[in-house]
Amino acid sequence: MEYLEHIVLVFISIVLINNLVFTKFLGCCPYLGVSGRLDMAFGMGLAVTFVTTLAGTLTWLIDHLFLLGTALEVTRYVCFILVIAGAVQLVEMYLRKFFPTLYEAFGIFLPLITTNCVILGLCLFLNLWQVNDILMAVVLSFGAGIGFTMAICIMAGIRENLALADIPECLQGAPITLITAGLLTLAFMGFAGMIK
Amino acid sequence: MADKQLTVGNTFTAGIWSENPVLRLLLGMCPTLAVTTGTKAALTMGLSVIFVLICSNLVVSLMRNLLKPHLRIMMFTLTIAAFVTIADLFLKAYLPEMSAKLGPYIPLIIVNCIIICRAEACASKNGPWISVIDGLAYGIGFTVVLCILASIREVLSTGRIFETVQVMPGGFVPWAGMAMPVGAFVTLGLMLGLVNLATKKKA
Repeated sequence: MEYLEHIVLVFISIVLINNLVFTKFLGCCPYLGVSGRLDMAFGMGLAVTFVTTLAGTLTWLIDHLFLLGTALEVTRYVCFILVIAGAVQLVEMYLRKFFPTLYEAFGIFLPLITTNCVILGLCLFLNLWQVNDILMAVVLSFGAGIGFTMAICIMAGIRENLALADIPECLQGAPITLITAGLLTLAFMGFAGMIK
Repeated sequence: MADKQLTVGNTFTAGIWSENPVLRLLLGMCPTLAVTTGTKAALTMGLSVIFVLICSNLVVSLMRNLLKPHLRIMMFTLTIAAFVTIADLFLKAYLPEMSAKLGPYIPLIIVNCIIICRAEACASKNGPWISVIDGLAYGIGFTVVLCILASIREVLSTGRIFETVQVMPGGFVPWAGMAMPVGAFVTLGLMLGLVNLATKKKA
């Protein structure tokens, strides 16, 4: 029971308190680039969640089964990026077959998930935080994806309304998005220290 | 870009000003925002990116005729990952303190969009010489912006630059917010706004 409680706390912590977008700046490119419309943002978030969960778990396994403590450790980054690229390919094929409209809407952004820092960043953090438990690795990966989805959806919601606002000309587009993102991180700092 | 004759001069002006990776193309945002709490970290990051960018551009340009189109991106990422591993091991060996501070942001250079963007847009179409120059130019453009952003944030959050040189007068109250994520986002937002303003006036 205590273990279950711990898992739930870890999940809440990665989604709200240590949200990778707000505290570690991971995934800023899609966060700023694809957050123009809410439905696109949500789809992107789901795709990223799926890939992160898959890639996080797989890279954790590879790291612990083959790499840790052996001379192969130097190939870690190459292995990780291969796993991620493979997972993205899988999602791409699945979407093209079953959701062709969504596939077309994503366009170039889908292959770009490979270079989404949330995913590689999470795989590296799993190693850095010394997560020793497979269930924990799965929960953290899934939570990171959910956290990203939440962040990008909040941002898209704000930007849809921002389009109607009267913004000084030189701040339109990217600058105002960055400033909004700054204010959002300020809001999320309120959660800091809630859970150790 | 494609129509113009590529020369050393216009590659440099493109990389540093008119197509600056951070200010114009908005690429590579996550290291830009994350490592700019201090000028030293920003400079180390910038130099590592220059190194990786030049090497990967050179290799990609040398193998550009052997690549199958659908495996292209894969090969780019693998090349980049190899060079990032070299940079990471180098930093671990010679600058262990800096390496610990930058942490996962060095390996995250692999997924830095600038590098893939340059491999795709320049190195896969041009010869090795111009690709190396291109890598250097865009790398310098990235480093310069990183250093400007980092100096603003470091001066406002600690009153010092390069961790030791005191810039602000004695009674200066450190602006803690600048060291936090919010400082990064807002400063960069305002910088982009200023750049937009400057270009509009010129035109």
